[in-house]
Amino acid sequence: MPEKTRDELVQIDFKPPEREWMDPAIDFEARRGTWSYPAAAKNLRYLGFPNPREWSPTDEDWQLPENWQQIIHDGLAERLNKYRSLKLFLDVCVRCGACADKCHFYLGSGDPKNMPVLRAELLRSVYRNDFTTAGRILGRIGGARKLTPAVLKEWFYYFYQCTECRRCSVFCPYGIDTAEITMLARELLNLVGLNINWVIEPVANCDRTGNHLGIQPHTFKDNIEFLVDELEDATGVRVDPSINRKGAELLFVVPSADYFAEPGIYTFMGYLLLLHALGVDYTLSAYASEGGNFGLFTSHDTIKRLNYKIYHEAKRLGVKWILGGECGHMWRVIHQYMDTMNGPADFLEPPVSPITGTAFTNAAATKMVHVCEFTADLIKHGKLRLDPARNDHLRVTFHDSCNPARAMGILEEPRYILRSVVNNFFEMPENTIREQTFCCGGGAGLGNDENMEMRLRGGLPRANAVRFVHEKHGVNRLACICAIDRAVLTTLMEYWVPEVDVSGVHELVGNALAIDGEKPRNTDLRGRPLAGGKGDADA
Amino acid sequence: MSTFTQGNVSIEVDEDGFMLEPEKWNEDVAKALATTEGVNELNDEHWKLVHYLRNYFLQFGVAPMIRKLCKETGYDLKKVYELFPSGPAKGACKVAGLAKPTGCV
Repeated sequence: MPEKTRDELVQIDFKPPEREWMDPAIDFEARRGTWSYPAAAKNLRYLGFPNPREWSPTDEDWQLPENWQQIIHDGLAERLNKYRSLKLFLDVCVRCGACADKCHFYLGSGDPKNMPVLRAELLRSVYRNDFTTAGRILGRIGGARKLTPAVLKEWFYYFYQCTECRRCSVFCPYGIDTAEITMLARELLNLVGLNINWVIEPVANCDRTGNHLGIQPHTFKDNIEFLVDELEDATGVRVDPSINRKGAELLFVVPSADYFAEPGIYTFMGYLLLLHALGVDYTLSAYASEGGNFGLFTSHDTIKRLNYKIYHEAKRLGVKWILGGECGHMWRVIHQYMDTMNGPADFLEPPVSPITGTAFTNAAATKMVHVCEFTADLIKHGKLRLDPARNDHLRVTFHDSCNPARAMGILEEPRYILRSVVNNFFEMPENTIREQTFCCGGGAGLGNDENMEMRLRGGLPRANAVRFVHEKHGVNRLACICAIDRAVLTTLMEYWVPEVDVSGVHELVGNALAIDGEKPRNTDLRGRPLAGGKGDADA
Repeated sequence: MSTFTQGNVSIEVDEDGFMLEPEKWNEDVAKALATTEGVNELNDEHWKLVHYLRNYFLQFGVAPMIRKLCKETGYDLKKVYELFPSGPAKGACKVAGLAKPTGCV
């Protein structure tokens, strides 16, 4: 937690600084708490990434390669050629400002360079200077500026102060995807070794062990077995998930935090109970042991490199299709990149639910189905015995995790599930949910402790909406479908709305699911007592 | 990266004071790191937790799940915070020479 109190943190000054925006000078020392530590050299070396070294943003000399300006210029030229979207987004913005007050970091910090339009302008100004006739002729009055060391430092600060949540893009009349601007800017920064450890260490771990946490196969197995024991303690039911089993019908890929960290582990228990109750023929994999893909926060090449394992493992195991867990940005990768980067997965079958026979035609290309789609379909067909009274100790609201909501349109399924498994469900205000959902403030690799002040600022709009439903309806549980959310929102709630805790949707499914052979359920999956002694009601 | 020195102990640590070379851990290192966490003396309960973490790390290569740590040491989370005020991950794991977990945690 930062030293600042809540009252201090909400004193947000929206008055723009007097200094001309084109001449940046960021005092990193004074701004501790709003930036992330650089990538450790060992991780860059492991990945074969450029310019591994020990450095700090507070250093005067960032130890860049001698020809860093040329590297970035060439890198931008290459990407302008490769990604037509980038050139379009850089050319087409009319600076109307529709996006300006849509960014959670701007709302929480008042820093005008967190307006998406101005964040993009940090890159666009250099593009104008280097690549447009008007910029070359008009210079500064045409909005062009040279890439100086101070400008580069500013890029590092602000492009690692964007969570790529894409809320601003919803409001852009031209449809500019500002997350793509950040992604491309980060690619350029990576070319000269400017990256953050909270992104690069998970990338290196993923490359080495298949998951962000560096969990090796024997540890994977041990963690799963521990959670199976815990689930048996809570429910009396012994589930038997398999690992790396060839010939299973489905491969199930989840974010690694779900089998490591609270509160994700309860979501994991919920998945296992559900799949067991239905007798689904599935396997986990100790190799494809991560849904998340921090390549999305690094470079397109890295997305591809880390994503490859999912199809590779599906092929090796001979499964029919892939089920994916409650992970956020994983779904942007799956929905928008996987098929073209590592597909076509023509060795898999178009997904069909083994329980209901529903064909998931929306996933015909990727062959990968979101667990919320899977479960909502089960409920619709009456395949689950549910006792929502087992969640009566909870008053629940739903945070639309940015990527499932905005990148693939998972809006109705989690709500349909929640309305079936809890009796007390309340929506936050409409301009803070669905496509307009507010980010947790810690996505895209920013969910580290050293960046805590900026996380809490960026999370303030979300926390405000939670506070609203807490005060109006007594909400005490914030459900979401993303592992970063489960980690980041937990800290955010502790700070802003400590009466509310956080969980995945399938934890609540697990609580409500009645299953043959279970003991009388007096507690939820966390071991907390149910309301009014409920728990053995007929479902 | 910087060097943390105290008495006979001299180790490389990251920005938050976590060991960068966990294989160089020993009990003197633990005692020295504990002082950075506001724990000036390690009693039997501290050592039980530290040795549990250390052994788990040597076997599994990462930190244990907190729920598992509590179950296997018999200490609830409140007790862990009493022993190491910054908690299991930032306090106890640091003293036991483990690396910080990264990712969606």
